[in-house]
Formats: sequence, structure tokens, C-alpha cells
Amino acid sequence: MMRSRLALVILLAACSGRQNALDPASAQNRSITALFWAMFVVAAFIWFVVTVAFLVPAVRQRRTTREDAEPALELPAETSRRQTRLVSGATAVTVLILLVFLIYDFGVGRALATHPARALTIELVGHQWWWEVHYADPDPSKIVIDADELHVPVGQSVQIKLVSRDVIHSFWVPNLIGKRDLIPGYTSSIFFTADRPGVYRAQCAEFCGHQHAKMALDVVAHPAPEFSAWLERQRAPAADPSDSLAANGKRVFLSAACSKCHAITGVEAYGTVGPNLTHLATRRTLAAGTLPNTRGNLGGWIVDPQSIKPGARMPSNQLESRDLVALLAYLETLK
Amino acid sequence: MSLRCRNAGWKRGARRTSGVRLAALMASVVLIAGCEREARRFQESPPTASPTGDPLVVSDLQPGPAVVVSNVEAPYDDNAWAVSEGKSLYNAMNCSGCHFQGGGGIGPPLMDDDWTYGSEPQQVFASIAEGRPNGMPAWKFMLSAQQIWEITSYVRSLSGLNPKGARNARDDHMMRKPPEASTPNARPKNSTAPR
Repeated sequence: MMRSRLALVILLAACSGRQNALDPASAQNRSITALFWAMFVVAAFIWFVVTVAFLVPAVRQRRTTREDAEPALELPAETSRRQTRLVSGATAVTVLILLVFLIYDFGVGRALATHPARALTIELVGHQWWWEVHYADPDPSKIVIDADELHVPVGQSVQIKLVSRDVIHSFWVPNLIGKRDLIPGYTSSIFFTADRPGVYRAQCAEFCGHQHAKMALDVVAHPAPEFSAWLERQRAPAADPSDSLAANGKRVFLSAACSKCHAITGVEAYGTVGPNLTHLATRRTLAAGTLPNTRGNLGGWIVDPQSIKPGARMPSNQLESRDLVALLAYLETLK
Repeated sequence: MSLRCRNAGWKRGARRTSGVRLAALMASVVLIAGCEREARRFQESPPTASPTGDPLVVSDLQPGPAVVVSNVEAPYDDNAWAVSEGKSLYNAMNCSGCHFQGGGGIGPPLMDDDWTYGSEPQQVFASIAEGRPNGMPAWKFMLSAQQIWEITSYVRSLSGLNPKGARNARDDHMMRKPPEASTPNARPKNSTAPR
């Protein structure tokens, strides 16, 4: 009893959540989910009918057949005609159902592929093993470069342009839209319109190397005004640290290896190999969804990333402990 | 007669069997060696404390008596994965900005047999870590020793100084030069004076 109740709870829990294709949060995924349920219900009904049609005669036959009776070689003409009619009828119904689903499926596919008249364009760059996000703007000083989090406004069509810097990755937010590959040397794109605020989890869906499993992306859907405010905050350069510890940390950042790969807007750090850290402290996770963004995790990640995510491009850093403390204090000011 | 024939046939069969066995053994040796080719060693204590701390000869010109070059073995020369990591670092750190894809331009070429500061692994390591006059920056504050060793092995692969099986066989970009695996092995020579 207890176990069955637990199983039911788990089953129901699977019906909602931040990474679930059956819990749609976009207009596109709603139509896909509707198609899925229509196919599922019809197929389940047919399966039930076929199973019953198979079992009923089997049971009935068993009751009536005697072991020594000769099997009838020829069916009576009436039975034969009836069976022919039945099989042709079932075939016609099958063709009809498949045809209806073909048209339905084609319609959904067309709707997904239609370019919206106006869409916000966001470029997503796949790296081994993290995501780089560019919020385009005609004014170069307003371009925002972020990492491992994709923010979108609710109710507005968003075009995600997908490129890759190394190998093939795949963008997949089960709650919002199906998969689309990121292919090196080629720009693919996908559209969706989030219709409910929330945080959804995306996952690289194409095996891309050692840490493919730890390549997640949080997709945050904000109400439109909140999104504009967020974008405005992201445009601001990093504030100069006010206390001496953080100021010291900034010096550590610039003199150690950090600035070779990471950029911070407003500071002489221009590396483009690793994620942009201008607003690191506002992110939910570190290393593409590997760790929650806390001070302890950040310190561990800086000192020994190869234990946390073996093979990641970030090398282990041997820092003096006071340098590390200062560096962490500085990184925490990057709001 | 027939017995001898059968006997001979049996012997021939035995020889064939041992030949097959030998071939299988050799194939498995090759296959097992292939497993090592891409061994990924993510967590390494820095190989040798500091190869640049030893007296290092970078040119034929030497004051005083000849110095014996310490023979540090490059940890990644035979590791294909590390060499390709070195290649991606070479591009990521913009080595190609000066040395281009090995052909040289602003910096000296790296795919020829001419080595101003020596072609031995520890000499190449020192050149990258400490920098060289006329523009080569010192990378030891910017990269870990492991990463510099990876770049060292890649740079050596450009002129075929590491085992062929570990070199890149294909390039991701359009290239006028053949891939490293098809580069003939150069015989390195030290040029007498830094350019």
C-alpha cells in the first residue's frame, strides 16, 4: 500500500517540473503536447480494442473446441464474406486515422517552422561544456554577453540563433521546444514563445565529449517589463570594488591566469575562451549547472575544477589562500 | 605415403594456426597500444617541478664550458588527446596571431626544422613559459604547467618531432599545409643566433 502510494506520487511528480516535455510553458510546446496526447489516447484505445478482439475469440474457441474434432479446412461462405468485410473495414479505418494524424502532424510542424513577424534574437554559442549567450543590439555598447543562463520575456517570440565553437551540441528545453543542433560553421535557429514565467532546465542533447552530462542551461522566462529591467542591469559594467579585500581580489584576478580566458566588462580582462564573468554573482549555477553558485563551491571550482568536472577547459589554479579569499570577495561583488 | 601426406597437412595446419595466432597477438598489441593513444589524464601533478629551473641550452653559443642539457621527457608527446588539447590552446591563446598556423609571420615559423631556442621539449617549454625577446610573452603566469606541456607537444608535432600516431590527422579548418600526421619528420637544427 505504502509502496503503491509512493509510486503514484513519483508518477504524478513526473507530470510537472522544470525539465518536462509534458508540462508545456510555450505556445509551441502546447501544440506538440496536444499532438502527443491525441496520438497517445487514440493509440491506447486501438490497442485496447485489438487486445479485446484477440482475447475474446481465443477464450470462446477454447470452450467450444473438442480435442478430437477435425479442424475445418474451409470456412462457410457467409463467415468468409463477413471476415473479408471486417478486415477491409479495419484497414480503411487504420488508413483514415493515420491520414488524419499525418495532416495534424504536418500542421503542427508547419506552425513550428513559421517565422514570427517580430522576434527577439538571442545568439547561443555552444562550447565544451558550457553555453555562451549573446543578447544582440544594434548599439555595440549595449550587447550583453552572459553564460549558462538564457533569459527570455514571456509572451514575445524569441529566435535563438545557434552556433558552436567546437563540436556538435544540441539545444533542448523540454518545457519550451524540441531539440535543435548547434553545428560548427553553420548557424541554425529555433523559435519559441514562452507563455508562463518560470525557470526551465535545458540540457545538451547531443553527446559532445567527456562532460556532456554536465552541460545544462537554465532558461528563465520573465514577464516582459522584468526582462527589460534585467537586460538593463546586465548592460552595466562591473562596479569597482569598494572594500580593500575585494580590491585586492581584483588585482589577483588580473595578475593570475583568470583574465587570460575570462572577460569582465569595465576591467582590463578581455578573454573570450571562458564564460564572461561581469555578472557572475547573479547566476544560479556554476560550470553549466554543475554546482549551485555559492562562495564555497566557487572557491572549490577555482582551485580544483578537474575533480568536480574532469576534462573541463578550466585548469586547476594554485593560489595562496589569502589571494583566494580576496578573489572570492571580488567575484562576489560582480552583481 | 598417405600418412606422411596427412602429417605434412597437419604440420601446415599447425603453422597456419600459429601464424593466425601471431597475427592476432600483434593486432591485440596494436589495439592495446591504441587505447593508450588518447589516455586522458585530467588531474596531474605538474610534471617535474620546474623544467625551466635547470640550466638550459637554447643556442650553440655558450659562455664557458659546455653545459649538459637536462633531459626532461615531454609528458604528452605520445598522447594524441593532449596534443589536440595543445592545438586548441594554441588557437585559444592566439599563438596563431604571430606564428600563424605554424608557417610564421610576425613570429618565427614553427613547422620548419629551424629552432632559434632549441627543439627539445624542455627548451620549447622554456620558450613558452618564460617568453623570448622581440615579442614572445611569458606564459607561465597565464597557463598551468600542464597546459604549457600540451602546447609544447603540439608545437613539436608541427615539424614531426613527436610519434606520428599522436599527431593530428585532420584539421578542423581549411589549411594549405598537410595535417601534422602527414608532415615529414624534420631533423631539427639550432640556428646560431636568435633572429
